[in-house]
Amino acid sequence: MIKEREIVVPGECLAEGLDYLPGENTYREGDKIFAKVLGLTGISGRVLKITALSGPYVPRVEDKIIAKVIDITMNGWRMSTGTAYSAMLNVKDATTRFVNRDEDLSKILAIGDYVVVMISKVTSQNLIDLYMKDPGLHKISGGRLIKINCQKVPRVIGKQGSMITLIKDKTGCNITIGQNGIVWIKGEPDKELLAEKAIKFIADNSHQEGLTDKMQAFLGGADHGLQ
Amino acid sequence: MAYNKRVDGRKLDQLRPMEAKAGIIPNADGSAFFKIGKTIAYAAVYGPRELYPKFLQDPKKGIIRCHYSMMPFSGSGERIRPGGNRRSQEISMVMDAALAPVIDLSAFPNAVVDVFVDLPQTDAGTRCAAISAAAIALADAGIPMKDLISSVAVGQVDGTVVADLCYDEEAYDAIVSDIPVAMTHNTQEITLLQMDGEISKADLIKALELAQKATGEIYQLQVKALKEKYSGAKNDYQ
Amino acid sequence: MIINKETIAELARQGKRLDGRALTDYRQPIKIETAISWTAEGSAKVQIGATIVMAGVKLAIEKPYNDTSDEGGIMVNAELLPLSSPEYEPGPPGRKAIEVARVTDRGIREAKALDLKKLCRIPGEKAWFVTIDIITINDAGNLFDAASLAAMAALKSAKFPIVDETTGAIDYKHKTNQSLPLLKEPLGVTVYKVNGSFFVDPSTEEEQACEARLTVTSDEKGTISALQKGGDTPLAIADIDKMLDLALEKAKFLRKELTKALKQ
Repeated sequence: MIKEREIVVPGECLAEGLDYLPGENTYREGDKIFAKVLGLTGISGRVLKITALSGPYVPRVEDKIIAKVIDITMNGWRMSTGTAYSAMLNVKDATTRFVNRDEDLSKILAIGDYVVVMISKVTSQNLIDLYMKDPGLHKISGGRLIKINCQKVPRVIGKQGSMITLIKDKTGCNITIGQNGIVWIKGEPDKELLAEKAIKFIADNSHQEGLTDKMQAFLGGADHGLQ
Repeated sequence: MAYNKRVDGRKLDQLRPMEAKAGIIPNADGSAFFKIGKTIAYAAVYGPRELYPKFLQDPKKGIIRCHYSMMPFSGSGERIRPGGNRRSQEISMVMDAALAPVIDLSAFPNAVVDVFVDLPQTDAGTRCAAISAAAIALADAGIPMKDLISSVAVGQVDGTVVADLCYDEEAYDAIVSDIPVAMTHNTQEITLLQMDGEISKADLIKALELAQKATGEIYQLQVKALKEKYSGAKNDYQ
Repeated sequence: MIINKETIAELARQGKRLDGRALTDYRQPIKIETAISWTAEGSAKVQIGATIVMAGVKLAIEKPYNDTSDEGGIMVNAELLPLSSPEYEPGPPGRKAIEVARVTDRGIREAKALDLKKLCRIPGEKAWFVTIDIITINDAGNLFDAASLAAMAALKSAKFPIVDETTGAIDYKHKTNQSLPLLKEPLGVTVYKVNGSFFVDPSTEEEQACEARLTVTSDEKGTISALQKGGDTPLAIADIDKMLDLALEKAKFLRKELTKALKQ
């Protein structure tokens, strides 16, 4: 029987007997429950689950993500989300203002532009519809983008946003985290770099405990390390 | 049993010294280094990603596509002209078949998981090393799988059943049989089985039983490589 | 997927870089290992930051070319493996691979780094031909410099295989103690220009933000043996002057790293 927060590999046996239920990223065969991905075990009552340590982003409705314009069509823009599946942002979902039929769409969003958007629909084949009409959803300009594995996003955000708030406070940067693992940081260049390092530190050490303390130390005494 | 003493002094069921590491290619979604004796394989997984050409796309499931390649300086003689050949194409195909049975392909419809394996030096057992490396890389990439696949070659040299033949054994001046095998761990089922040479049915069964033990050793190493990646804290952020 | 082009350009204008490095700093760690492939006559693995590149030297005995009947030959080939980046697809070398190969090749060839006459065994009949294959393991930018360093490390550590004097057959499994006839050690350094600033050792993103680049191959004496300008933007002679200075200075740095590594 595995314990909480153990690292297991695909196919590793987690428990025997029918006392437990197979949760996320696990499967049952006979009377045994096995892991389905490389990850950290979690026990929640009778449910055993694995929190993946890596793996592709699975698009979900209402997820906020950062996407990149790769093509302009008659009705909008095709976006890359860093996954295997393409995403469409329709003109009517992009802006509240009225857009003329023969308006040059590249003046609104050009190829290569990055945007913060929300997923409004996901088909059964993982094709994605996007939405950019709310405040907080917009084209990105300035600052820097970094990529972390999407499985690490919850750790970077922290419980009730505590971790990301800590980083924002200590670096004075605006930080937007896409659920697809793309993060936008905007502030003073030196502070942007510090925030980038902090986020990558969390991502690389997400399987460890005590990250909040480590982060406080990292950001608190930061000026010594940063030349 | 004429072949009692192996050319490199190993016991009949002894594998060559091995080494494995996960996550050694930062650009890849998952990666691995696998060494057995003097055969080294680097594996990198990219995906799931968009599958081209489009007609290959299947709305119910994704595909796994292996690409096996030997570096020009990795052969035991002359330089190998780059560009692949029929042998590397065939190995790529058997790798697909060896790995696909444990992968949950329904998790990435219309997409492809590309597995690239390149070898900088070789001394027999190359397709097995490639599969073992690929399995680590797939797990490292977070691809959902029922189990890990472990692979090693067994065979017989001059009537003696052995595990993990080196090049000198494959080329031994007697009747030799080289049998690459890949197996799942939990159900002990075979996903790769090839053979060239000559062997009796009795010896073949003996060899397959030896393969069970041998792949078990490979499995332990693969698990260790994956868990070791997360065993320490990473602190170099200066 | 990510390109921070505008930010890189803006930081460059201020003499800064995205990762906080100085314009003239190479990434760390820099690791150079030789004898990484027992099947190659000479081999090396070079790491600069996250970029990892291998080079392997293979020797063969062939008939010399008609117009150089008393010389052996050298050729550099490069493969940008799909293993090393999501940007590369399986298939024949693309333009980037060919450029890396040819720039590295010219640097070694034009410096006359290898004494091709000493590679000749029987004039008009048999000579050694040296092929260097450069293989990328992780492309995180600056393949030119890593390739040049790996090729030189592989050449310096290479040994001739044993040749059966009666049959002429090469026994690739056994090496002699004899090194290749190297006369010089040319190394390439690529200098990039973005928004008025010049820097070395670009990351992948910095390469993509580049306006112009100049690869300068030079030997221990500071004699320049090859040049390659890339990028869409033209360079003024004053620019080139500055880039040459920077390249020659960094070549000294890389050469020290190489010497350090080969001593071990």
